[in-house]
Amino acid sequence: MTTSTALAVTDIHMSYGDLRAVDGVSFEVAEGEFFGILGPNGAGKTTTLEIAEGLREPDSGTVRLLGEAPWPRNLALLPKIGVQLQASAFFEKLTAREQLETFGALYGVTSARVDEMLELVGLSDKASTPEAKLSGGQRQRLSIACALVHDPDIVFLDEPTAALDPQARRNLWDVLREVQARGKTIVYTTHYLDEAEVLCDRVAIMDRGRILAMDAPARLVRDLEAATRVILERGALAPDLARALPGADQVAQDEVSLTISTRTPAPLLAALAEHGTLDGLQVRTATLEDVFLELTGREYRA
Amino acid sequence: MTTTETRPRRTAPSPASSSVFLALSKAGFRGFVRDKATLFFTFLFPLMFLVIFGLIFGGAGASKTKIGVVGEGAVIPALERSDAVELTRFDTAQEAEAQVKAGDLPAYVQQDGDTVTLRFAASDQTQAGLVNGLVSGVVNQANIAATGQAPAFTLDTSQVEDESLKPIQYMAPGIISWAVSIGAVFGAALTFVSWRKKQVLRRLRLAPVQPVAVLGSRVLVSLGVAVVQFCLFVGVALLPMFGLRLSGQWWLALPLLLLGTLSFFSIGMLVGAFCKTEEAASGVANLITLPMAFLSGAFLPLDNIPPWLQTVSWAFPMRHLNEGMLDVMVRGQGVDALLVPAMVLIAFTAVVGFIAAKVFRWED
Ligand SMILES: Nc1ncnc2c1ncn2[C@@H]1O[C@H](COP(=O)(O)OP(=O)(O)OP(=O)(O)O)[C@@H](O)[C@H]1O
Ligand SMILES: [Mg+2]
Repeated sequence: MTTSTALAVTDIHMSYGDLRAVDGVSFEVAEGEFFGILGPNGAGKTTTLEIAEGLREPDSGTVRLLGEAPWPRNLALLPKIGVQLQASAFFEKLTAREQLETFGALYGVTSARVDEMLELVGLSDKASTPEAKLSGGQRQRLSIACALVHDPDIVFLDEPTAALDPQARRNLWDVLREVQARGKTIVYTTHYLDEAEVLCDRVAIMDRGRILAMDAPARLVRDLEAATRVILERGALAPDLARALPGADQVAQDEVSLTISTRTPAPLLAALAEHGTLDGLQVRTATLEDVFLELTGREYRA
Repeated sequence: MTTTETRPRRTAPSPASSSVFLALSKAGFRGFVRDKATLFFTFLFPLMFLVIFGLIFGGAGASKTKIGVVGEGAVIPALERSDAVELTRFDTAQEAEAQVKAGDLPAYVQQDGDTVTLRFAASDQTQAGLVNGLVSGVVNQANIAATGQAPAFTLDTSQVEDESLKPIQYMAPGIISWAVSIGAVFGAALTFVSWRKKQVLRRLRLAPVQPVAVLGSRVLVSLGVAVVQFCLFVGVALLPMFGLRLSGQWWLALPLLLLGTLSFFSIGMLVGAFCKTEEAASGVANLITLPMAFLSGAFLPLDNIPPWLQTVSWAFPMRHLNEGMLDVMVRGQGVDALLVPAMVLIAFTAVVGFIAAKVFRWED
């Protein structure tokens, strides 16, 4: 049962006039999986998510969400899905707690649960603050709480960590991991490649309405066979000496540092240790950003 | 909700529509009472009109026509007893005439033995007509009384005559229906536009709620607001300062007012379906409510407008609402008078509401 499919999207297309916002996207998300959709602005992430949620009807293609078709509006399905829209949607003039209570009531949720949710997203002390007076990040967290209030089986989050400070972002990671630990499926979009690497079981990298690559982040990075970069302080080692080290493929020096690229970091690091130049040394392995660069030929721009 | 036994823990089943309805209504009422601008435009603004008009056109004291009296006789105490005019005594007819000529008094009455003389300033025809009617009525009564016989026909004119003197009798129901139209048209239009703009409608679409619960909750808010408006405005108009006098079954106006609220709400829905921004919606709502109020005779009687405009005025739900409210609140009529207005309002709501539902959009 753990391997059954929570969401299956098959070859969906969606155009706005001439613009192909989503151009043949297919993917499956298993139950309990944490799935990330990455890509720059306008890649089609939100459109894809909205089609999967049943907010939009695709021009073509099919969606099965928890075994059912989300379009047209499927009332039986709705209690099982939780959605945080990219723009936060709130009632006017209500406090944080009242927003949660109202959204909770739409699903028949008790107010004890509301307190739990406020606690979960760290807004207990803001419970009686009007939503309009929350900071951007706090509003974002409230919006996520509203998506989770009815304990849905599958959660769609559209850029939940946008506008959050680093601390709040990390707290939210904990929240999302906690949600996943309870067996929920999470589908989310983000611009943060590093975050997706940390959180997601699998990611799909989207650009211009298409999925360019889809796999576990570590595997995507590994398949790239990108070089590992070892970075030393400038002057710690002469460039010529560095070039002679075992495994050193490429050496570059700028004003502050010396960078050695390698595909076999182990012997290189051992040799560096012998030279006694480990102080201030940094090792950079390839990241999803490198994958994106490789796939599109463009630098990733969030 | 029976297809999910494979899942170990189920989320709550869809809640009853009634609890969703209540939660949304609660949110709506809270949003309403916390919005100062809305409170101002639904309560204070029309109230200002009521107060200003009430003061301009005279309250209980000022609304009584003042006439001068000279001499002695049965007619003068009778005039005093009629309670419809305020008498100012003069020793000589010359003094009284001077005041009338100066425009300080509309008329004076002189009784000299059996001769009663009425001199009035024709410059103010309405006043002149009023005074004429009043004095001749009193004189006729005094004549009958002088014969020592019981009058062949008794006509209790004093009450109606007295009320008709006061514009507040006409204005209070009109301003109430205008205020309610502001509350319902703006309320519906702005809510739907802002819910659409702020994606609340999309979010609601993703929750297991029936559209009718969403709509119904907002209707309930508007009806509640209308009841408060009715109580407030009637209460203020009843103050001695304004001197509204309600006739027998005045409370029948409330159910009719609620039907009127529904018809205004349907107009608001239509506006809300077409407008993309709050600014546009409130502009259009203004463009509808104010002319509708004038053409429905909410502020001034429509007696003097051209017949074709009279005909046009019956196209507005507010005209029917006004007539019905006047009938039961101040003209002393009963539930029969509400039959036609009520049916018109229901039909209007059904038709406009249907169109609004057809053109309704969840998102831009
Ligand atoms: N309602 C709409 N009407 C017309 N074009 C739209 C609409 N919604 C989105 N688009 C276009 O479709 C493309 C994909 O938009 P989408 O919102 O899915 O991107 P995204 O990946 O979510 O971007 P972002 O990271 O900025 O949120 C964009 O070029 C956008 O301009
Ligand atoms: Mg987006």
